[in-house]
Amino acid sequence: MGLQLKNLYDDFRNAETIKAYAKIIKEDAKKLEKSINIMEVCGGHTHTIMKYGILQLLPQNVKFVHGPGCPVCIMPKERIDHAYVLAMLEDVILVTLGDMIKVPGSRGSLQNARSKGADVRFVYSPLDCLQIAAQNPSKKIIFFAIGFETTTPMSAALLNAVVGKDIKNIFFHINHVTVPEAMAALLSDTECNIDAFLGPAHVSVISGSKIYEEFPKDYAKPVVVSGFEPVDVMQSISMIVKQFVERRCELEVEYKRAVIREGNLKAQELTAKFFEKAQNFRWRGLGDIPKSGLRLRDTYKDLDTEVIYKDILPTQEINDHKFCICGDILKGKATPSKCVIFGTVCKPTTPIGSCMVSSEGACAAYYKYGNL
Amino acid sequence: MNKIIILANGNGGEENNELISKVFYKAFENEILERSEDAAVLYDGALAFSTDSFTVSPLFFAGADIGKLAVCGTCNDLAMMGAKPKYLTCSVIIEEGFEVAQLERIVESMRKELEINGAIVVSGDTKVVPRGSVDKIFINTTGIGEILQKGISSNAITQEDVIIISRDIGAHGATIFAAREGMEISSSLESDCTSLFPQVKALIDADIKITAMRDATRGGLSAVLNEWTKQSDICIEVQEDKIPISDEVNGICEMLGFEAASLANEGTFVLAVKKEDASRAVEILQTFEKNAHAVVIGEVTQKYPKKVILKSAWGTSRFLEMPTGELLPRIC
Repeated sequence: MGLQLKNLYDDFRNAETIKAYAKIIKEDAKKLEKSINIMEVCGGHTHTIMKYGILQLLPQNVKFVHGPGCPVCIMPKERIDHAYVLAMLEDVILVTLGDMIKVPGSRGSLQNARSKGADVRFVYSPLDCLQIAAQNPSKKIIFFAIGFETTTPMSAALLNAVVGKDIKNIFFHINHVTVPEAMAALLSDTECNIDAFLGPAHVSVISGSKIYEEFPKDYAKPVVVSGFEPVDVMQSISMIVKQFVERRCELEVEYKRAVIREGNLKAQELTAKFFEKAQNFRWRGLGDIPKSGLRLRDTYKDLDTEVIYKDILPTQEINDHKFCICGDILKGKATPSKCVIFGTVCKPTTPIGSCMVSSEGACAAYYKYGNL
Repeated sequence: MNKIIILANGNGGEENNELISKVFYKAFENEILERSEDAAVLYDGALAFSTDSFTVSPLFFAGADIGKLAVCGTCNDLAMMGAKPKYLTCSVIIEEGFEVAQLERIVESMRKELEINGAIVVSGDTKVVPRGSVDKIFINTTGIGEILQKGISSNAITQEDVIIISRDIGAHGATIFAAREGMEISSSLESDCTSLFPQVKALIDADIKITAMRDATRGGLSAVLNEWTKQSDICIEVQEDKIPISDEVNGICEMLGFEAASLANEGTFVLAVKKEDASRAVEILQTFEKNAHAVVIGEVTQKYPKKVILKSAWGTSRFLEMPTGELLPRIC
């Protein structure tokens, strides 16, 4: 019997190990001078924390702040409107990744567009666009690219294939964003209530652990790069608590099974070949964050739908709903239960704010799994 | 309610229920319909009556095909009311250009499955529509069954009952999704599609006190449990590690980001059975080859009425919500 998929996660969901870490954290936390707020930057971690009930295992003085790291949640409405407008074009097949389909912009969601006749498809791998393009030579395939450092190399791989094979009917709308700039933006708010970070391991598999080195050094905030299974998260929390108890402030890696300081150099090289930092990206819930997004390099502007369709894409910025407190939730100033529209007007089926739109958003996770 | 139908309106979960209650129940309102059972119970509990349409893509998949599914689906809805499936109708809508050989294969699967149920098709209808009007073939079956045990109802579950699952969950949904995504998985994963009347008959013959049964089709285990908590105004507390899930289904869920409890089944059912009969019911189910993993997964309480609670092996708990959004469109 070779290696099976379950070998990758079984031990990391072991009940005895989880309980043992809960005990260690409780003991260590008794020595904390004040309570600590840990931000899990990534929506994948939020999901793990809520799904496995991890908050229930923590002592009163170790709390969590749910961060902005869900690529679907942070997409501003005006960019979803771009996708909608492109999808409604007669000769276009708009392709994107899973959850993006149900997020409403000001004109509706992509699933609304599809119900009105648009050809919208979701894929698990951007490279599936190659097959769609080959099967539909008379159509323009637009890949609406979303995601953090983890998914960017996959878009770059598709770009590489399109350019390398000179494929004429695949185009791009780029919405890739980067984690460290968003973390820095959160910390620049003086009221922000974050003492330490759980860094998403999958981002560091690509970009290395080095991208977080500034946080312990310049901001005095410890970072532990953590895997996504419950044992990973419990171990990482334990590592953070120990740093505070022992008065250390460091970057540590819990997800040693795949993260090194430098990351995946080949993926970084491929990404750099096609993308450069955009001046600005507007985050739903957080607003403008300079240098936090990527754009296609000018060499590839013939593939860039933001250039090609400049005249028909809406430019008006759309503000968040006035009752929505997602911005405060993302900064650790409030929890979803403090929001007046949480669970009433704003629900997973009718999301108003960024944190409700994807299952990885903080509000959606609270709504789904409850706060038992 | 959205103005234009979206795929999520057919997900077996929240949006689906909204469509049913706000459009259909509103227009067709009557006492029988409002009981929301798997099959309507007629003539003082003598007859069960149910209908189902089948649009699965691909038409043929590991473990079954649309024909087998079309008979199992309706017969199982009848069986879940404690009924012996007797008479079915069969309507097909076929796309121009469809191969007759494939149609014959589908009909042969239907014949075999009818035999297992001891039911016959007594009326039918055939429509052929221009290319593009339907995707290859859609089948509707409607069935009448003779109720063998009266009083089985999803509205009658109390704290005297425990919750049993008949086998490992999610095999149908995982199989269909793997086939659609073209995932080549070297494994024994196949749809659980099967007729459930033989199991139901064995339970009734053994005089098991069955309160409710429901096959966990679209929306999966989590939809059934959530519907039951609302219909019977109870809380169901489930021990998560007791729910049987095969390694293959777990693997697909890991890769594609699904929860096994939300995946569709076509031959897996949930039972609410009186406590004193629980172990005997499990033993009887386990005599069937496919039900070796039948097990008690939960209890009925009043802790959080109308909610399902999942309890982990490390002492935490969370709500198991009704599936929402676009799960796995058109899988049954």
